[in-house]
Amino acid sequence: MNNLIILPILIPLITGVILIFFSKKILAQRWISAISSILTIIAAVLLVNHVYKNGIQTMDVSNWEAPYGITLVSDMLSALLVLTTSVIALAALFYSFKSIGIEREKFYYYPVVNFLLVGVNGAFTTGDIFNLFVFFEVMLMSSYVLMVLGGTKIQLRESIKYILVNVISSALFVIAVAYLYSVVGTLNMAHISVRISEIGNAGIITIIAVLFLIVFGLKGAIFPLYFWLPGSYYAPPAPIMALFGALLTKVGVYSITRTYTLFFYHDAGYTHQLLQILAIMTIIAGVIGAIAYLDIKKIIIYNIIVAVGVILFGVSVLTQESLTGSIFYLIHDMNIKAALFLLVGIIIRITGTSDLDKISGLLHRYPGLGWTFFIAALALAGIPPLSGFAGKLMIVRAGFEVESYVGAGIVLMSSLLVLFSVMKIFIKGFWGAPRAYKGEEDAPVKWLLFGPALLTAFAVLYGVGTEAIYPVISMAAETLANPEIYINAVLKE
Amino acid sequence: MKTNDVILQTVTKVTLFIIILFSIHLFFAGHYYPGGGFIGGLMTSGAIVLLLLAFDIKTVKSILPIDYIKLTAIGLLFAIGTGAGALLFDMPFLTHAYTYVNMPLLGKTSLHTAVLFDTGVYLVVIGVTMTIIQTIGESE
Repeated sequence: MNNLIILPILIPLITGVILIFFSKKILAQRWISAISSILTIIAAVLLVNHVYKNGIQTMDVSNWEAPYGITLVSDMLSALLVLTTSVIALAALFYSFKSIGIEREKFYYYPVVNFLLVGVNGAFTTGDIFNLFVFFEVMLMSSYVLMVLGGTKIQLRESIKYILVNVISSALFVIAVAYLYSVVGTLNMAHISVRISEIGNAGIITIIAVLFLIVFGLKGAIFPLYFWLPGSYYAPPAPIMALFGALLTKVGVYSITRTYTLFFYHDAGYTHQLLQILAIMTIIAGVIGAIAYLDIKKIIIYNIIVAVGVILFGVSVLTQESLTGSIFYLIHDMNIKAALFLLVGIIIRITGTSDLDKISGLLHRYPGLGWTFFIAALALAGIPPLSGFAGKLMIVRAGFEVESYVGAGIVLMSSLLVLFSVMKIFIKGFWGAPRAYKGEEDAPVKWLLFGPALLTAFAVLYGVGTEAIYPVISMAAETLANPEIYINAVLKE
Repeated sequence: MKTNDVILQTVTKVTLFIIILFSIHLFFAGHYYPGGGFIGGLMTSGAIVLLLLAFDIKTVKSILPIDYIKLTAIGLLFAIGTGAGALLFDMPFLTHAYTYVNMPLLGKTSLHTAVLFDTGVYLVVIGVTMTIIQTIGESE
């Protein structure tokens, strides 16, 4: 019993509700959401520390014992993801203060952001498959509101698509849970895992595994199911895009990781082979998109898809090392994607366009922005002292170890093309002759730069301090590689 | 020509109280019989919708001067408060407490904090339903 687990969910929830009461008082909204977001970070740090010292923490909500009630489980992976989420939320909030505009702020922007965090933190923490669905819906409904808030034409058009896709995938999620429930007769994730091992290698379990892959693949944008993402993420303003790009798809990736390491590891020859093929295709599709466009938003959006592929390739290899690599890369990628989207947002705020042909010479006027972007771009590609390196290295090494040469080779090649795609932004946008842009004088660049600079600094520290962080991450990977640890912690046998 | 809906308005005035009483009955029956916060709240808002049909939005607003968005927030606070209250007693989130009390008129009655949670649900459902209906009704 430990109520620390609930705090990262409870603090944003209470904040969101309180903020509804004075939706028109913008200063109060900003202060309260900033304070609550700092409190959430503190709670998350305490949680990580607690999990590191005492192992997996569980909490039976309502004091009902494990398989009968909802259990919240905080293992190292979910604690770390909750911490990353909270930090990204703070950066995006700071960015929002000066950029989102009073119209949006008056229409419940901050409450909805807080509800989004409730959904994401809850989805990372829950130990119950139907509760996971509920938190998915909390997260998705907030994201619908954030996507359409403001009501410009492109937002209206893209949110129709986004809602349509997500309603269908949520219906599939319910169907998948219904199938699973009729086979195993329980909803607690640890208990499901026990029941599935009792059944062993039944065909129906493999079918459900694939169905879950389709569901979470739709949420997390894997290869044939990513079609909705480039258009939808293009629509909303930068801080919302950063929250979406950093958090939403990663919840899908986390869910695939969780289900494929906890439930469906018995017929790995089929399910994980399928996951591996899809992951490789995802990388290829993402890379093609990233090098094809001359639009800075589109380039970063396609880089999300590449990263999803890389992480899932690590999961599909299913050795301790590849899982460690995946977790390293997952946290790095959430962090760096948020930073890049915010930086791209600043560029668009200055220049008024996202077309690379119309931007040049930003480095002369905005050296801080330029070099932050440069470091973030190198970190994204995985240049050694920075954060993307260690994760990818472990994934590639594990890939070669299990003789999956094609996959590991493609992961390596993808780094090169990812680097090319972001360097394209740097070279075309920051080098060259400076231009004058309409409305750039009143762009609050210094203020806006705070959030992404913070995240980039984290990326550098995360990369340099790999050695120090390694025991924490490998602890998370150990739970994934040995589901018994998770099961024993929840069911206390 | 303005239509005269005196019959509708008179019938509404009578029916309204029956509907609201029934919804409150459903709300309190929730623990032992079918019913509860959700259906109770939906039926209460059904009664208010009947008012909206018989009169116009302005009249209903002057009869019930409620900000439904704030009502939703109050409902959420009720629900979260009962859940978070358990934290004060060092119990897991959402742990409920109950006790049996001998009430003067009702006799032996069980008092359960789950009712407070249900009150939250009840208020949220009314708030959300009425916000949706009023917003659509007011937009041109």
